[in-house]
This record gives sequence, structure tokens and C-alpha cells, in this order.
Amino acid sequence: MRYSAARILIEALRGNRGWTPAWRDATPQDAYDVVIVGGGGHGLATAFYLARDHGIRRIAVVERSWIGSGNVGRNTTIIRSNYLLPGNLPFYEYSMTLWEGLEQSLNYNAMVSQRGVLNVFHSDAQRDAFVRRGNAMRLHGVDAELLDVDAVHRLVPRLDVGNARFPIRGGLLQPRGGTVRHDAVAWGYARAAAALGVDIIQNCEVTGIRHEGGTVTGLETTRGYLRAGRVGLACAGHSSQVARLAGLRLPIESHVLQAFVSEGLKPVIPCVITFGAGHFYVSQSDKGGLVFGGDIDGYNSYARRGNLPAVLDVCEGGMALMPSLGRVRLLRSWGGVMDMTMDGSPIIDRTPIAGLYLNAGWCYGGFKATPASGSCFAHLIARDESHELARDYRLDRFQRGAVIDEKGQGPHPNRH
Amino acid sequence: MRIACPHCGSRSHAEFAYHGDALPRRPDPARPDAERAFGDYVYLRDNPSGPHRELWYHAHGCHAWLVVLRDTATHEIASVTDARDPAESR
Repeated sequence: MRYSAARILIEALRGNRGWTPAWRDATPQDAYDVVIVGGGGHGLATAFYLARDHGIRRIAVVERSWIGSGNVGRNTTIIRSNYLLPGNLPFYEYSMTLWEGLEQSLNYNAMVSQRGVLNVFHSDAQRDAFVRRGNAMRLHGVDAELLDVDAVHRLVPRLDVGNARFPIRGGLLQPRGGTVRHDAVAWGYARAAAALGVDIIQNCEVTGIRHEGGTVTGLETTRGYLRAGRVGLACAGHSSQVARLAGLRLPIESHVLQAFVSEGLKPVIPCVITFGAGHFYVSQSDKGGLVFGGDIDGYNSYARRGNLPAVLDVCEGGMALMPSLGRVRLLRSWGGVMDMTMDGSPIIDRTPIAGLYLNAGWCYGGFKATPASGSCFAHLIARDESHELARDYRLDRFQRGAVIDEKGQGPHPNRH
Repeated sequence: MRIACPHCGSRSHAEFAYHGDALPRRPDPARPDAERAFGDYVYLRDNPSGPHRELWYHAHGCHAWLVVLRDTATHEIASVTDARDPAESR
């Protein structure tokens, strides 16, 4: 069923009896050309682009829980392409262009809102760093504007620009950045993929990866054995667990990242804002709640819940930036499991086992990458060669010393 | 989480700095495959969901390096020992 304004009108007149489920909840077949492990944003996007762009027919996405139950439904919904390094910038800008056409290509309202992403800075040195970043962005064709403090204050009057400890000196704005309704990304990709014949199999946990003579042959799952010509792993925080089934150790630690949403308010924050003197970022959902987060807790965790020190740190950052939010009540907080790599950048690559491909290590920046990750991973699986824009995201880059370390932190996953 | 430092007693984990998996051991640089061994040592981790032996440094306390056995699925801490403890040197 194609969604449109006319369809809404017709269904309204017919008592809304004609709506059908958005995607088929498939039962597993015996064999597939490609099986994607992980029914999150990246896995569903990969299946969609495999079917749409590469003409592969028999595709399955297996998900151990329900689709979108992991990080695609737990993030703070921000999209941006304000990166610095050559290995990252063109990839994330490709993702941004895919976001801009996403709703049309999926025929699904994902509430893509390019309301702008503003990084404020607080010192001359930080200004220099943001000027450098902005210039790198513009050299790669990405939009970036340097704002002085007056322009920042006009854009967001609630900012405490005169803060005694961390005065705001200005900001770097990416006007095309913004937010997307995150659950709708999973649902939209699932619906579009299912319409192209992809089997979406929920409540199906992979318990083994079979391979013979160095080539993958299939997957053991809680719903039976699936023969598979090729297998793509897109398991986010549990990548190490699934890769271990094939005997692989990854340059990844899993960490918990917390996120928060406040009670609903009238419009107070027009864009996405990041604090420069601590780790705090905030936007306001269309429903009115402030959606915000900060650093990962900093220790290995699969618990999907964090501890109080990280909560305090995030709230202190928010109070330094906008003291007027001090009486806003917190509505909910939650945690997600992040696959933190040793250099803070992702992996989209082959593995030592032929036909087994890996999409992992998105740290806490995976949501914005969803369309490009799916597109590049589909390219890799279909053609057995890296997409031009993801050619630096190699699994062996750590051994080769070719790391992509945006923050220059070294091999410490909890500091990226 | 609270970590029972053997020197200072039970303290908030905010007093400690985390240094990851305690299992990797620095390889012998004279090994013929030292280059690969160092790559594995620096970058590859088991990253288990469950019991995890990990290093914590009591930065805002006694400055001791501790080996903490903690469950990464529940955050429950089973044991805390000083990294200098002979039982920890293998």
C-alpha cells in the first residue's frame, strides 16, 4: 500500500478499515542468498539497499528480539555530518544526502527535520579548532557557518552566554543537520524492504555461524538452520558476541550510553545544541520533551542501564549551558549498548571467513550513519568490494596503524 | 556502582579511572611474531557479556591499581584485589 494524503482521506471516509500491517512478519525459509543478522536501522537499511540497488532477491533479516528494539530506538535522533577527517567526512555527508531524500525513497514519514546543529565554543583555542573543522567541512562540500556570540544568542536566547566559568564565544552551525524520528527509520526501512520481498524474521536469535573450508554456509538460529550464501553482521553493541560464534575477536568494547527526555515544554530550543566545555547535547522533540545526553558511563557494560555519576555529569553540563532548565523535570532515562572501537570509527569490511561481512563499531554515532551504512554495507556484500566512501573502514586498519581517530585519544574505547 | 577498595573501603566508582580488560599481557618484543602479537594486545578484546576481570585506578583515593571482577551484564562486583597482589601476577 502506497501512503499518501489521498490514501488518508480515502481511509478516513471508509472508517480506516483498509490499513494493512506495514511489513510482513516472515517465517524462516530454508535458504537465502543473503542473511543480515540484526534487525536494527543498519541491518534493515542494508537489506533494503541490497534488494533495491543490487537486485538480490532472497534476503532475510534475522532479529533476536523485535525490530528496532536496540539502539535505533534508543538514540537521541540527531543527524549531522560535521566531521573532520577525510576517512569520515565524505561518508557522513553521503549519509546526510540520503537522509534528505529518505522519506521519498521509502514512502514513509520519518519526520526528517533539518533544524540545524550548533556546537558552541568557549575559548580562543576551541574557536580555532572549530574554524579548522568548519573549513574541512566546506572543503568537502558540507555546509558550515561560524557564528559570533551575538548570532548564537539570537538563535538560542536561553543560552547563558555570559557564564562566568564557560562564557560562550560563538558557535559552529551546520544548518542541514537536525533530527529524525528514530523508530520511524526502522519501520520505514522494514516496510520498504518487505515490499521488495525481504523476509524480516523476528524473535530469531543466531546461536551459531557455520563455515566450511573458510567459506560461510549458514546460520544456526533458535528458529532452525538457515542456509546462506552470504551473511552480514549488523549487531551493534553485541557485535563481539556474534562475531565470536565465527571465532573472531574484534577491536571493540561494549559500553553503556545513557539518554534522557524531560517533560514536555513549549518550544525553547530551536536546533540541536552541543556544549563545548563538557559533554552535553540537547534538542527538543516535536512533542516538546527535551532529548539530551552526554558521555558514555566509561566501563564495559551490556546492562542497558547506567549509573548516577554519568547522570550528574550530563545535568551539570546542561545547567552550565542553560540554567533556566534547572526546574525542568526528567521524564525518562535509559541506556543502550555501544560498540566502541579502539579508534572511535566504524568497521564495514570483509572478515577472514569468505562470505561473512562485518558492519560494527559505530560507537555512539551510529544513528546518523544509518542510510550510508546500509548503502555501503549492501555494496560490500553484493560486490565483495568496499564502497568508495567506506574504503577506510577496514577491519585490519588497527594492525596496519591506519586508524581513524577523530578525537586523537588512542586505543581507549571509553575515551572516544 | 560502589567498589570496595582493599585500602579505602567502599567508594563510588566515580573516584576511580577505568582501564579496561585486565587479561591482555604485554608480549615479548623478541618474539618472531611480535608485530602481530602487539597488535592483538593493544586492540583486540574478548568483550564478554558476563564476568569480566578489569583494571580500575583509584585516582581520587589511594592511587592503587585494582583488579575488579565485575559482571558486565548486571554490574555486580564479585571481587576486588590490589593489582600488586601476587595472585594477580601471572
